[in-house]
Amino acid sequence: MTPPLQKPKRKNPILRTRLPVPPPQARSRYALGLLRGAAEGRLELQECRDCGQVQYPPREMCRRCLSDRLDWKPQPEDGELISETLLRHSLELFFRERVPWRTGLVRLRGGVTVVAHIHADVPPPPARVRVRAHLDRAGQAVLVAIPERDTPNMADDKIMREMTCDPKFRKVLVTDGKTAVGQALVKALAKAGADIVWVGNAEPWKNFPGFDEIKSIPQVTLLNLDVTDQRSVREIAGEIAGRVDIVVNNAEIHRTYGISARYGTDAARAEMDVNYFGLLRLAQEFGPALKARGADGVNSAAAWVNLLSIYALANFPPHGTFSASKAAAHSLAQCLRAEMRPTGVRVINVYPGPIDDEWNQLLLPPKIAPGALANAIVNALKQGTEDVYPGDVAQDWLARWRENPKALEVEASNP
Amino acid sequence: MNALVQFAKELAAGRIRVIDLTQTLAPDFPTITLPPEAGQAWPFRIEEISRYDDRGSAAYWNNVSFSEHTGTHFDAPVHWISGRDLPNNAVDTIPAEHFIAPACVLDCSKQAAQDPDYLLTVDFVTNWEKEHGRIPPRAWVLMRTDWSKRTDPVAYQNYDETGQHTPGPDSEVVQFLVKERDVIGFGTETIGTDAGQAFHLNPPYPCHYFMHGAGRYGLQCLTNLDLLPPTGSVIFAAPLKIKRGSGSPLRVLALAPA
Repeated sequence: MTPPLQKPKRKNPILRTRLPVPPPQARSRYALGLLRGAAEGRLELQECRDCGQVQYPPREMCRRCLSDRLDWKPQPEDGELISETLLRHSLELFFRERVPWRTGLVRLRGGVTVVAHIHADVPPPPARVRVRAHLDRAGQAVLVAIPERDTPNMADDKIMREMTCDPKFRKVLVTDGKTAVGQALVKALAKAGADIVWVGNAEPWKNFPGFDEIKSIPQVTLLNLDVTDQRSVREIAGEIAGRVDIVVNNAEIHRTYGISARYGTDAARAEMDVNYFGLLRLAQEFGPALKARGADGVNSAAAWVNLLSIYALANFPPHGTFSASKAAAHSLAQCLRAEMRPTGVRVINVYPGPIDDEWNQLLLPPKIAPGALANAIVNALKQGTEDVYPGDVAQDWLARWRENPKALEVEASNP
Repeated sequence: MNALVQFAKELAAGRIRVIDLTQTLAPDFPTITLPPEAGQAWPFRIEEISRYDDRGSAAYWNNVSFSEHTGTHFDAPVHWISGRDLPNNAVDTIPAEHFIAPACVLDCSKQAAQDPDYLLTVDFVTNWEKEHGRIPPRAWVLMRTDWSKRTDPVAYQNYDETGQHTPGPDSEVVQFLVKERDVIGFGTETIGTDAGQAFHLNPPYPCHYFMHGAGRYGLQCLTNLDLLPPTGSVIFAAPLKIKRGSGSPLRVLALAPA
């Protein structure tokens, strides 16, 4: 059984910080199809629309009937480990630094045999396993065989730590602790075992309900971080960026106007200043330090979480300027992901529907509770997912957007 | 020798003190807070254009942004609805000679220390006059509270769940100063010329209402008022010449005998 992860010793300051080395990244364009499900924590493989055959590895034509009509479909995760190979030597730098490393072949219930990394708690073959699609440190989809049933401390396995961004023993910055979501995030991260939670406290004279409770959590340190103030972001980054392992950028301004409901640009500008430029300022000041620590031991820099909105994908006209600011942030987050990818620091984008807060007072349920959103974010860190669409509205909008963006555009204008 | 040459000599000889009544424009200096659904005054913000680097190898300079009512600032009559139709009511059309005027400093620091919601009254002013003489026409009345010594923004803003608690004038004294003393304006060390709870006075924000309604001015976020004599100082307070501007941050200087 995996031993529980011990709190790592303080870093030895005379040793060179290990540079991040990405795992092998070469994939065919067809193999990239695995990414869509893996980004959300789902195992998807190609199925033949004509004969039903499941395909592995991904390919252009059905291996049974040669049809080219292959669709990516969710697959049952259970299967049997039929053989294993212990990697003791590799010319790939990533594996060379991590051997010995278990890999093996798993026969899935869907009828194909796949290559997977093998969790240390899986018994030798033959053994029942579950196969999960994960993103590795290069952001590429890989398959991991985990025990049939959860084992104690299974998240602490070294393979899992490579696939996930578990906040346990990590140092986290939550950029705004004053909102209900911010407060829920701080509590959830502390509960998940974060070592330090730095909490942004812009405009410190404003003391919102519940904020005093956050201050009393032992891991919490308040910072006068204001993402609209370049000097504040720079100064705080100067103080702590070299120790931050996970940034959770939840700072946002949400006003409920379209174009004609609010004259002038002040509200829209405030949204852009926090939701878009705030991310840009944070990424410029904190990004370099995180990138340098992508492989800094078991509590390396691991993740950058952006609280976006499902309305980043398609504009919700009653909250039109907010949607536009989140669309801008969504686009910038893709840029951040591209720049972070070589360093192993994962950019997790979270796209909730309306949050159950004062700015969505007039919207009918379902609305996602701040605590549920915070739990979804912590789960994404633990599971290593990259795109998170928490809650019913987000799932509904995502499905409609994927199905027919034009139809969603029309439906959204008549909510 | 005319008076200005004499003035320059006095200044050079150190017989006139120049006292800076201005807070530093800094991003963490608070701005007035309104309910979040209302329009908001921008705080002071500063971003580098270049700093002897690839963006401009020979120069350090910044872009700045702020509202007309950020930091130590001047309120013009057009700022308030009561002054909207007055002539020359904006910072670009106020006669330049109004920007230099004598000051009377009313020391309310003890009262403000005991009661953050302290309101200046007519009685206080008439008692002050018994000691220091009658407030001359066209003088600034500056309310010293030592509030500027609260360098922690939390203490300076002094919010609780009922809002801001900072001292200011009551409704009667503002009318008295305008009608009976013909002051040029009213100045404070707090975030506004009105008290923190002035929304609940009658009328709401009486200093804004009556001062600006009578074409008078406001100065707020002043500092160093404790360095001024009760009478005998002169204030230089010239706002930026913003077209149809309602106010502006400015450098406020006081001249006082050494």
